[in-house]
Amino acid sequence: MTDAPPAPRRTALDARHRALGATMTDFAGWDMPLRYGSERDEHTAVRTRAGLFDLSHMGEISLTGPQAGQALDHALVGHLSALAVGRARYTMICDDEGGILDDLIVYRLGDEQFLVVANAANAQVVLDALTERAGGFEASVRDDRDAYALIAVQGPEAQGILGSLTDADLAGLKYYAGLPGTVAGVPAMIARTGYTGEDGFELFLAPDDAERVWEALTEAGAPAGLVPCGLSCRDTLRLEAGMPLYGHELSTDITPFDAGLGRVVKFDKPGDFVGREALEAASRRADSVTPRTLVGLVAEGRRVPRAGYAVLAADGSRIGQVTSGAPSPTLGRPIAMAYVDARYAKPGTEGVTVDIRGAQEPYEVVALPFYRRER
Amino acid sequence: MSNPQQLRYSKEHEWLSAADEDGVSTIGITEFAANALGDVVYVQLPDVGSTVSAGETCGELESTKSVSDLYAPVSGEVTEINEDVVNDPALVNSAPFEGGWLFKVKVTGEPEDLLSADDYTAFAEN
Repeated sequence: MTDAPPAPRRTALDARHRALGATMTDFAGWDMPLRYGSERDEHTAVRTRAGLFDLSHMGEISLTGPQAGQALDHALVGHLSALAVGRARYTMICDDEGGILDDLIVYRLGDEQFLVVANAANAQVVLDALTERAGGFEASVRDDRDAYALIAVQGPEAQGILGSLTDADLAGLKYYAGLPGTVAGVPAMIARTGYTGEDGFELFLAPDDAERVWEALTEAGAPAGLVPCGLSCRDTLRLEAGMPLYGHELSTDITPFDAGLGRVVKFDKPGDFVGREALEAASRRADSVTPRTLVGLVAEGRRVPRAGYAVLAADGSRIGQVTSGAPSPTLGRPIAMAYVDARYAKPGTEGVTVDIRGAQEPYEVVALPFYRRER
Repeated sequence: MSNPQQLRYSKEHEWLSAADEDGVSTIGITEFAANALGDVVYVQLPDVGSTVSAGETCGELESTKSVSDLYAPVSGEVTEINEDVVNDPALVNSAPFEGGWLFKVKVTGEPEDLLSADDYTAFAEN
């Protein structure tokens, strides 16, 4: 017996990352590329050209069967049985107390076929919960974590680059839609989703095909300025876009309403669902009192706020806590998301500071997101 | 990655130039350290005229992912700081041994465990 943690898992593209000289990091039990060169350059490439990501750590779970949609309606807070074939939905899975177990994207691949994509760190929890909650339905839950590699191509040039490698109708593929197709000669589920605030695609494919598709995208994207991108810039991209990250903005300690994401909870769907009672109470609470609100903070100085740092009012009292913070390549200044007392959440609130290792640094309260792409 | 032979190194990944005729050495962080940090976005350096002590923190370096303490590899009085790197912290990444130097110290004492370039290279690679 040993207490040493298990060796991190490696994706199908591991050798490629090493050949590219990536700095690797342990992320949720996976050895993932943190960055290949400058994370700021990678960030800028996604905002202005295109970036290529290996996201194979994400956890895929398939639900199939005549009642797969009803099973998801029961298991999740969203109304997935109403989702059209070929479309995707951002949703959450909660516990009985309404606490968020994970945030998810669910794709409807067929009448009786759904693909649930969970965060790597929560995939086992989600798999176990879905398996249990689907018990009374004509639906089977399958662990497909090893069945898929996930490659994302994100940025304004993404459609042009991917379009040169597929016959799929990308122009007709809406945001949050996905269709089966062929990319570089291999089968892939092509989805117009992402976590960067840019247009882009996510490709679910067999791990054995991952190298081939990565190579093809690298080659096809080179003239447009596509570069490989690591998880470091993925984090700053999503932060600028105001997108929550599980473990930072979301946790089992809060409900979707506390996170300002109550819209994902569909009380009017048929049947009961796990957490309904607690979520109805949370919804009423949110209507009457808003004890804290997720806000954006932009630094006036250059010191970077980090998760867990205290947010202070002008009188020095503690009014909240930073959940994510980073230097923003697009704004050129440090930014953060923070939960603050609702009385201080109004954009432009005077005197708000972040305690950065003992120094009170001035911050401007702004509405989220920090960045919205031009369409 | 090659660490210049004419410099000496600390185990905290700072480099130190040979003292000039006034006994002043230039200090920076190594390319190894800069690569490990990622893009440096903010540097806080000791004040000119202040005294730093070998092995003790005298500033900080912030990158996208983290904040790291800056340690003084020797003891002495700070005679100059690199204003260019304060204004453009990316110099730490692009030229860690040259334009990305951090501060200069009139050395009054140095620890016995400063490393040669070869020894530092072996240390950093393990």
